[in-house]
Amino acid sequence: MAGSLNFLPDDRYNAFITTCREAPFGDGALAGVAVAVKDNISTAGIQTTCGSRILEGYIPPYDAHVVELLRREGAAIVGKTNMDEFGMGSTTETSAFGPTRNPVDTERVPGGSSGGSAAAVAAGLVPMALGTDTGGSTRCPAAFCGIVGLKPTYGRVSRYGLVAYANSLEQIGPMARTVEDASRLMSVIAKYDPRDSTMLDRPYDHQPSADIAGLRIGIPEEYFGEGVDPRVAETVRDAIGVLDNLGADTVPVSIPGMQYALAAYYVICTGEASSNLARFDGVRYGPAVDTRKTWHEAYQELRQANFGTEVRRRVMLGTFALSAGYAGRYYAKAQVARRNIRQDFERALRDADVIAGPTMPTVAFRLGEKTDPLSLYLADILTAPANLAGIPAISVPCGRVDGLPVGLQLMGRQFEDERVVDAAFAYEQEVRR
Amino acid sequence: MKTIVGLEIHVQLATATKLFCGCSTDYRDDEPNTHCCPVCLGLPGALPRLNRKAVEYGLRVAKALDMEVLEESEFARKNYFYPDLPKAYQVTQYDKPLAVAGTVEIEDDEGHEKIVRITRVHLEEDPGRLVHVSGGSKYSLVDYNRSGIPLLEIVTEPDMRSPQEARRFLNKLRTILEYLGVFDGDREGSLRVDANISLEGSVRVEVKNISSYRGVEKALTFEVTRQKNLLRRGQTVTRETRHFMEGRGITTSSRSKEEEHDYRYFPEPDLRPLRVAGWVAEIDLPELPVARKNRFMVQYGISLNHARTLTGDPKLADFYEEVAHLDPALAATWVADILLGELNYRNMSIAAVPPGRIAELLGLLKSETITDAAGVQVLREMLDACAAGRPCEMPAMIVKRENLGKTMGDDFTATVQAVIAANPQAVEDYRNGKSGALNFLVGQVMKETRGRADPRELGRIVSESIDIGEV
Repeated sequence: MAGSLNFLPDDRYNAFITTCREAPFGDGALAGVAVAVKDNISTAGIQTTCGSRILEGYIPPYDAHVVELLRREGAAIVGKTNMDEFGMGSTTETSAFGPTRNPVDTERVPGGSSGGSAAAVAAGLVPMALGTDTGGSTRCPAAFCGIVGLKPTYGRVSRYGLVAYANSLEQIGPMARTVEDASRLMSVIAKYDPRDSTMLDRPYDHQPSADIAGLRIGIPEEYFGEGVDPRVAETVRDAIGVLDNLGADTVPVSIPGMQYALAAYYVICTGEASSNLARFDGVRYGPAVDTRKTWHEAYQELRQANFGTEVRRRVMLGTFALSAGYAGRYYAKAQVARRNIRQDFERALRDADVIAGPTMPTVAFRLGEKTDPLSLYLADILTAPANLAGIPAISVPCGRVDGLPVGLQLMGRQFEDERVVDAAFAYEQEVRR
Repeated sequence: MKTIVGLEIHVQLATATKLFCGCSTDYRDDEPNTHCCPVCLGLPGALPRLNRKAVEYGLRVAKALDMEVLEESEFARKNYFYPDLPKAYQVTQYDKPLAVAGTVEIEDDEGHEKIVRITRVHLEEDPGRLVHVSGGSKYSLVDYNRSGIPLLEIVTEPDMRSPQEARRFLNKLRTILEYLGVFDGDREGSLRVDANISLEGSVRVEVKNISSYRGVEKALTFEVTRQKNLLRRGQTVTRETRHFMEGRGITTSSRSKEEEHDYRYFPEPDLRPLRVAGWVAEIDLPELPVARKNRFMVQYGISLNHARTLTGDPKLADFYEEVAHLDPALAATWVADILLGELNYRNMSIAAVPPGRIAELLGLLKSETITDAAGVQVLREMLDACAAGRPCEMPAMIVKRENLGKTMGDDFTATVQAVIAANPQAVEDYRNGKSGALNFLVGQVMKETRGRADPRELGRIVSESIDIGEV
């Protein structure tokens, strides 16, 4: 039965940039289910800002493929969630619309960049939400807010309509309170779309199974080493113990390429971003350019005034990394490192069926705690490798440290999203009992 | 001083839809910004989807130019800011183009055959178009109808030695593209050229913004003169980019900052690498100009010049083949020499002429029902009708209406007598052995009879009449 949902949330965590007071819905697998959508996913008729002033007032004339699918299955799109500007951050503090607070502890960040989606789910405002993950942006906030977040295999979910930050790394992914709901949302959004040339026709249609007897779980030493809070590492080891008790076998594996992962990740994502974000020039949408100036001046002033500090920093880094005379030293080498990491995972995933480790090296930061960009970039160390390798990765809550949630990360082979979902589901079912 | 010329040619491929979206490419006469979608407007989140036809067209050209198609080619982003470029990057091909190393055969300035080597061809998207409002307006308008039109960039080696060779190369290339059915030369801006030119031992100058065949020769001729004059005065040529001002026929230096680009090329992450070398074997090339020219000479027994002219444009060659059956030699003369001249004079395309009517006209000429002069008159009436959009009358009807049928000699006796009587000086000259005088008298009779008489026969009648008058 089609109808419309009244959505008047008590948004005390600033999870939403835009809410839809009356959200229409239809029939289908998600009939009448309230779904929040990250604000970098195009929604026809609903403002889509990417958390940036430069897109304020931009109302897309078209729906992203995933939004079309949500509507087709009857979901009520109730709002657009807050995020780090263009996805550039791990705290949702770089949003032009103010930071989102973590519902578990409002003095803490919800993680990012899909912090709004995570907070909306964790606070119970919606049962499920769409996030996007370029270097950990669904898994990090899922871990910090104590919910489930999946980054699908690269090429499994259409990126058509996702405002690009780093095209070769990112995927849209489901976020929910339970693995089952995340899987349900994944079944709706992972359908072939010929408009995304980097996609393969491998739809996800899966009912999670908790039977993991004989599953080989790889434990990479690099995920428990320097920089990882020992209490977080311990919590995650305990969680792996639970899987072990359910009949899984653990095997040690190694990802030696990890030492170059962050450097490679930041060169690639900033390089692609510098190109993707160049189109925001005030000609066709967003705040208008000052036509009394020459166009070069007008562009410069508009971009200076409307991009935040972190976005400008990454655009400049990426521009530099792609410049003549430097591209060989940075961009080309990053591609080599990326290939090495992909091969490391392929090798490790011959000995193991999934790889397990912490999602984040620490629990959620305090608001305003991380001011130095480098220390913030280091927070992506455990999530970005899956994006470089294009493999599926899920974060499932696995306990607390100092009362703050910790996420167990499970990564799998390309197009074996079902397997990481099953492993997460088995853990979740076991600890809920 | 040797002149060295290399060209970069941008050709709009005549696909029905754009390179990366389903928008129609046929926007002629349509309102600005009516052939656009999220993809070609570069809206946030839109993704490119490669047009298979454009790739096939590119491969057709590669095969026709005898090129090597790369096992794996790749699209890349060329980053630069310009208001007509909606994504602020152009999707093009950089270090892995579609195909490399081809050849085109042309005639050099001495009429000998020579080879121009083709360095590479690659696919890319056309940007939109800026429309400058007249009257000193503070803004310009942008039309994105052109944005995303598929372009094939064809790059030559510096193998041409004069502006004339460059023009001949372009004519040849255009003919090949038209034969391949991948290009519509009638479309404004469908072929744009950047030329690199240097005098031997001196630096290279790039001339941009040339948008016609004639323009290339004009721009290069201007550059040769300019560079020679500089060297003659003891000055040096500056290595630079210059813009061709079509209207004034000159090139001017463009020193704007926008020219000093670092395009920051990198592989387009939204498209997969292209592996299409295997498609080449399945491409059936049509008969190309050289083969068709040779066949015309053998099959129809016509001269090299006629064959070359007729095969210079595939539509003209098709036309000829439709009317050649009655008398190939007669048809060649009429199509290549007379009809083509009349079309050029009227700025008409061969497509506007019904071949059936021309075949009928050739029939009247072959049966000697009308004279050549009357044939030209009939042809002109038919073309004027076509040009005005009126139905093209049957030549026989025109002949009847205008009374242009060839008349027997006797009918002209009175006119001949009158002309002889009116031109005693010419008659006198003829008697004194000046052969030109007879032609003059025949011409006078032809004029009076509106070309209906056979000039050879008339010559006989006129000379006989004068001779008889003497007796």
